[in-house]
Amino acid sequence: MGKIVAGIGTSHVPSIGVAYDKGQQKSEAWSPLFDAYEPVQKWLSEIKPDVAIITYNDHGCDFFFDKYPTFAIGAADKYPIGDEGFGMRQLPPVPGDTAFSWHLINELVYNEFDITVCQELKMEHGFLVPMNLCFSQEPSWPLKFVPLAVNVIQHPLPTAARCFKLGRAIRNAVEDYNDDFTVAIFGTGGMSHQLSGERFGYLNSEFDEWFLDQIEGDPSALISMTHQELMERAGVEAVELIMWLVMRGAMSDQVERIHRNYYVPMTTGMGLITLENVVP
Amino acid sequence: MSQQLDPDRKIEGSYIFTGPMSQKGYALNKLGASLVSDDARASFKADEDSYMERFELTETQKKLIRDRNWIGCVKGGANIYFLYKITSVFGDSLYKLGAKQAGMSYEEFLRTRKISGAT
Ligand SMILES: [Fe+2]
Repeated sequence: MGKIVAGIGTSHVPSIGVAYDKGQQKSEAWSPLFDAYEPVQKWLSEIKPDVAIITYNDHGCDFFFDKYPTFAIGAADKYPIGDEGFGMRQLPPVPGDTAFSWHLINELVYNEFDITVCQELKMEHGFLVPMNLCFSQEPSWPLKFVPLAVNVIQHPLPTAARCFKLGRAIRNAVEDYNDDFTVAIFGTGGMSHQLSGERFGYLNSEFDEWFLDQIEGDPSALISMTHQELMERAGVEAVELIMWLVMRGAMSDQVERIHRNYYVPMTTGMGLITLENVVP
Repeated sequence: MSQQLDPDRKIEGSYIFTGPMSQKGYALNKLGASLVSDDARASFKADEDSYMERFELTETQKKLIRDRNWIGCVKGGANIYFLYKITSVFGDSLYKLGAKQAGMSYEEFLRTRKISGAT
């Protein structure tokens, strides 16, 4: 049976990708963020997961409102880098694992998750920033990836509870897979921030710290939270935090927290949490 | 039905991107979505009007873009991530777009932030 060996919640703020490309990891403004990921990279290089499932959202790089999937999963050997409207980042294509993707897709659909299957999918900051933060591409990416895109921009969005259940179904699918196959699962986005409207710049660090506590210890209050409440308390675009619940749903009830960080330099609370399962 | 949005609890200064908003702003968002190559951005910049002709924008929508009225676009159903691709062509990065929506100068806005070097 396969196993989930790491659960990671992390922000995917686009400016992190720009700082990464400019090599500003050690600058005064950015080191409080990048330094926190160094032990995470080390931890992941010791655990050596075969695949990372990255739960993220597309920000108008590949999906448009002519057809907008609630949940979409990639099934390709590689995923090219997309242009999000600001030029193409100079990164190699992201390696995929089609055999595992199709296994996951089969299991999820037969467990009543009606997902969209993508044999071509362009990667963008929602996916690439977490990948840049947590893995080193030198000399080449050390594992393969499965992108899992969630609609968090055009309401109605999937509920937080639905995201959590999707995580549960992902865990079952992983456990049904080949022996010794190991998976890291990511929930990305947030934390508190608002980009649209006169309320631009709204932040709630107290909420973010509470969210980090709950995602670790007891996610029940997060699972039952409505989009309305999440947007009121954390900002309209912070509703994407529901994606962290996919990750949490894939973990066991009891988890051990390995890393945690919070940094809020500009308009977005940049959070990080890493978890391992506690097997009873 | 589990109600996720409460229309009676309006969030001040916020415009939730629902189905009707997405329908209303469709042409604006489609224009934004098209700006994902150097060529497209260059031709939009070179001749806004003829570029807009390709997307069946209403006169009102064209005027919003000509006036760089970004908050008007948001109220008119432009999704922030697609609008951002439009404003970037005119030099309004995410934080400048934000400051304009909030009715502040970019410098004023930066003073409200902790580490304004982390842009
Ligand atoms: Fe996002």
